[in-house]
Amino acid sequence: MEIQNAFMVFPWAVALILLPLASALSCFLFPRISRTLGLITSFGTVVSVVGLGWQLLEHGSYRHAVGGWGAPLGIELYADGLSLLMLATTALVGFAISVYSTTYFKPTLAVKFWPIWMCLLAALNALFLSADIFNLYVTLELLGLSAVALTALTGSKEALSGAMRYLLATLLASLAYLLGVALLYHNFGSVDIALLAKLIEASPAVWASLGLMAAGLMLKTALFPLHFWLPPAHGSAPAPVSAVLSALVIKASFYILLRLWFTLFEPLVDSEAINTILGVLGCVAIIWGSIQALRQTRLKLLIAYSTVAQIGYLFLVFPLSASMGSVAWNAVAYLIISHALAKSAMFLSAGNLLFFGGHDRIVDLDRVVQRLPLTATAFALAGVSIMGIPPSGGFIGKWLLLEAAMTQGRWDLVAVMIIGGLLAAAYIFKVIGYTFSPAEVSHEAQSVSASMQWSALLLAVGAILLGFLYVPILSILNISDTTIVSGVGL
Amino acid sequence: MNWNDWVPLLVVISSLLPGLIIFGLAEDKVRARVMLNLFGALAKLALVSLMLWGVYQGYHYETRLPLLPNLDLVLRAGPLALLFVSLSTILWLVTTVYAIGYLENSPHRSRFFGFFSLCVTATVGVALAGNLITFLLFYELLTLATYPLIVHRGTEEARQAGKTYLRYTISGGALLLIGTVWLYSITGTLEFTPKGFLSNIGEQHYPALISIFALLITGLGVKAALVPLHGWLPLAMIAPAPVSALLHAVAVVKAGAFGIIRVVYDVFGVEFSAGLGVLTPLAWVAAFTIIYGSVRALFQDDLKRRLAYSTISQVSYIALGVAIAGPIATIGGVVHLVHQGLMKITLFFCAGNLAETLGIHKISEMNGVGRRMPWTMAAFTIGAFGMIGAPPIAGFISKWYLGLGALNAEQSWVIFVLAGSSLLNAAYFLPILHRAWFMPLPESWPNEHHFGNKETAWALLLPPLVTAAMALAAGLLVTLPFSPLEWAKLISVREFYQP
Amino acid sequence: MNPANFFALIGIVLFSIGLLGLIINSHLLRKILAINIMGSGVFLVLVALARRTENMPADPVPHAMVITGIVVAISATALALTLMLRVASETGHATLPDEVEE
Repeated sequence: MEIQNAFMVFPWAVALILLPLASALSCFLFPRISRTLGLITSFGTVVSVVGLGWQLLEHGSYRHAVGGWGAPLGIELYADGLSLLMLATTALVGFAISVYSTTYFKPTLAVKFWPIWMCLLAALNALFLSADIFNLYVTLELLGLSAVALTALTGSKEALSGAMRYLLATLLASLAYLLGVALLYHNFGSVDIALLAKLIEASPAVWASLGLMAAGLMLKTALFPLHFWLPPAHGSAPAPVSAVLSALVIKASFYILLRLWFTLFEPLVDSEAINTILGVLGCVAIIWGSIQALRQTRLKLLIAYSTVAQIGYLFLVFPLSASMGSVAWNAVAYLIISHALAKSAMFLSAGNLLFFGGHDRIVDLDRVVQRLPLTATAFALAGVSIMGIPPSGGFIGKWLLLEAAMTQGRWDLVAVMIIGGLLAAAYIFKVIGYTFSPAEVSHEAQSVSASMQWSALLLAVGAILLGFLYVPILSILNISDTTIVSGVGL
Repeated sequence: MNWNDWVPLLVVISSLLPGLIIFGLAEDKVRARVMLNLFGALAKLALVSLMLWGVYQGYHYETRLPLLPNLDLVLRAGPLALLFVSLSTILWLVTTVYAIGYLENSPHRSRFFGFFSLCVTATVGVALAGNLITFLLFYELLTLATYPLIVHRGTEEARQAGKTYLRYTISGGALLLIGTVWLYSITGTLEFTPKGFLSNIGEQHYPALISIFALLITGLGVKAALVPLHGWLPLAMIAPAPVSALLHAVAVVKAGAFGIIRVVYDVFGVEFSAGLGVLTPLAWVAAFTIIYGSVRALFQDDLKRRLAYSTISQVSYIALGVAIAGPIATIGGVVHLVHQGLMKITLFFCAGNLAETLGIHKISEMNGVGRRMPWTMAAFTIGAFGMIGAPPIAGFISKWYLGLGALNAEQSWVIFVLAGSSLLNAAYFLPILHRAWFMPLPESWPNEHHFGNKETAWALLLPPLVTAAMALAAGLLVTLPFSPLEWAKLISVREFYQP
Repeated sequence: MNPANFFALIGIVLFSIGLLGLIINSHLLRKILAINIMGSGVFLVLVALARRTENMPADPVPHAMVITGIVVAISATALALTLMLRVASETGHATLPDEVEE
């Protein structure tokens, strides 16, 4: 009983932020044990998420005033169903990536990797726990800077240019966002999301801040046509970093957009025009991203463009959803989780292939892919989720989006989603086809460690298992602070 | 906990688990692989027999797991499900034995048998599916599990065949998905119900329902090889013989045909479909496919290709039986599911034997082979005569009922299609038999292997003999209570007569 | 218009100038400078709008935000300058390549 009580009142939310931060510092100060520290911390975040989840299930959504200072002046941490799911995804994918990275990086790179990775983890957790828009700005910046640093890690020409471009884009986006925050604060005197949601009303200044913040967040999420920075950055970063970028970092800004759209800016966003524009951009992203993926000759770029396409699916939530808790909203939340697992599995698999074969040219993959059956399986399973074929989390998300589109008569969106699925099948099977061609082994490259192969495989299996877990996850998703939903039906 | 609720799931798992384990086995662990394969097949057979006996006693077997809000994953042992699952299980056991013999010492056997098991898992899931979404889930899984089997040899030809296969089946799957989601958005349910669940739908939805029917049938028709969606099938012959045998008799093609039966009987309902007017186009497409397949078969010299086109033709008998919309035609269509399976698998096993033992791939190379391999050719003869429709082999029964049903439903034109098809079947099978039995032996065979003084390995010889005997028995012993025919009658009665 | 709004407007103008500069210039140092100008613009807006009325003291919250922002801007600029130097030493030019490398 004592232990159970202690477990229940422990501030898991705070731990989620402090633990990685402390670890980042320690990894920097003690580089020799940074690997172990990083792995333990990552596991610690998983435990903390479980603890937080338990708290949420018992008490509903959770607010914590840091240092005892509450809103509007202090920083509050807020966790509901959606934040819990994002935190859980971060913890799980993060743990897998940590396991992968213990053997992936050579010691010289590893000492640089771990401190920055811990910072990124802290930033992500803090972001998902933030309850006010200025804190979100700070976490976004921390996230962006860590991500850029990780992208540039290898020091190659492509990595450095990709990171530079990424940095400029992310700084631009953050500044636009900050300007929006400034306007909102000026008009309503608060930055707390819950308070603002009650006060907000349509006016030119609010429209301006919506525009600025949305534009900034869309740039960070790489929605077409603001996606230009993504392929070079994700394509040239080391494999575990690409995995983090595609699976988690992009989702963070989308998460903020989702939150702000449906809670804060709720009175404004019934506009047909905006929803249509976002829907069109989403559709173009799906089609264009998939076609570009098909055209790539390098595996990591193929996967990067696939991310651009998948982000398009996420933006279909805007034309299809009138409120939080609607079918489309749930679908997109589920797609975020499924994509995070599947895409990270894909990038880690690509990393294995690159590690083993020394290159990632698709046409020459057959010699490599057949020597790594676990990796090939991971890629194939992840691909099943990306294609939206059952059984997988991607299928569930796709089904729900199709359902939402059909009940609202949006046959144009149905067509785009189906075509997107077919194109995805084309580029996924293009890679898988090489698994089955006969090939002589031309050279013996570095062998791939078990932790690298299994972390990729387990993530992919997770994406498939999500095909059966929708109902329990939906009940978690529905844990929410009703005041924020402000009367709109769940 | 009610044990009965888990039996259908166990049937599915009985091939999934061995399959997953086999993937991990090293190539040289032959004994372990054989044991796992046989264990899985026998376990499945035991479970299915349990279900058969239980249903006869009046038990109810249904597994229900939540998948989406208001939509469950449902595995249910109804009469139609049991018919297909029994067929699949028995034929899987036989094909496993055959495949073990056929693939001896060839590369990548663990990979092959792993996907082989997955393929059967998917087929059994398709059979036991209790609603359209469960069906869709396993149907797509079937696509994913069969692709690696088709490209198994890894040659350029195999890869191209695989690509074509994917193009067809993934597109078909997309159509099936659209139809299913659309249907769900209109009706709110997808449970298979005898006579369908659409009778309460208002008339304003009828145009949508017709489109949905078209989408579903097209999606299913790809696997069922209805013309013009059949293009993948002849190319898929590049796969090893056990794969062709399984694909054509049990798995892919039958899953498509089975799906058509399900959609017409348990989603739309036969009377409702007839009322919508969608059955007539289906009948025409089926009839055209029957004739087209038979005609193309005439011009093939490659034995497996000829059999492939024969399959395209024969499976449409099932669609035709469904489309005629009468109780007797239903019996004919449904029972042909079993009969065609038994006969076709026999033919493919024999074709595989000829290729493995003597290196024969073309019909022109088959002169006198009946004297070299009498038992194999005897089985082949039984299968061939069954295809033509000669009594007392099973094929005759199906054609008889189809013809009778056509007359009953006042669609006499079907009789001409059936007669024409039988003639064409004779035209492309009899010459083969003539060559095999009555032509003189050639100087040497293209690529002969010797098996002591047996005509071929036991593992290759027994399966076709067993399935040929079953085809014969299905015809001779129709009046037995568990014969496929009696079963089909039961299914028909449920659809047409029970309230 | 009162001085607060005037300065806020200047801030927005700075923001726009910075944005233009970011897009037009190809030299990385100029891009980084442009970002800094944008940042200054936003900070100016924040500080200007903090003065709600003439008589009362300024609202301290936006000031706190600006201080945070300045710290972030410094770290970001440091990272950007370092990256720029590395890019220049690896490629020989302080610019971004035009197309995605295939």
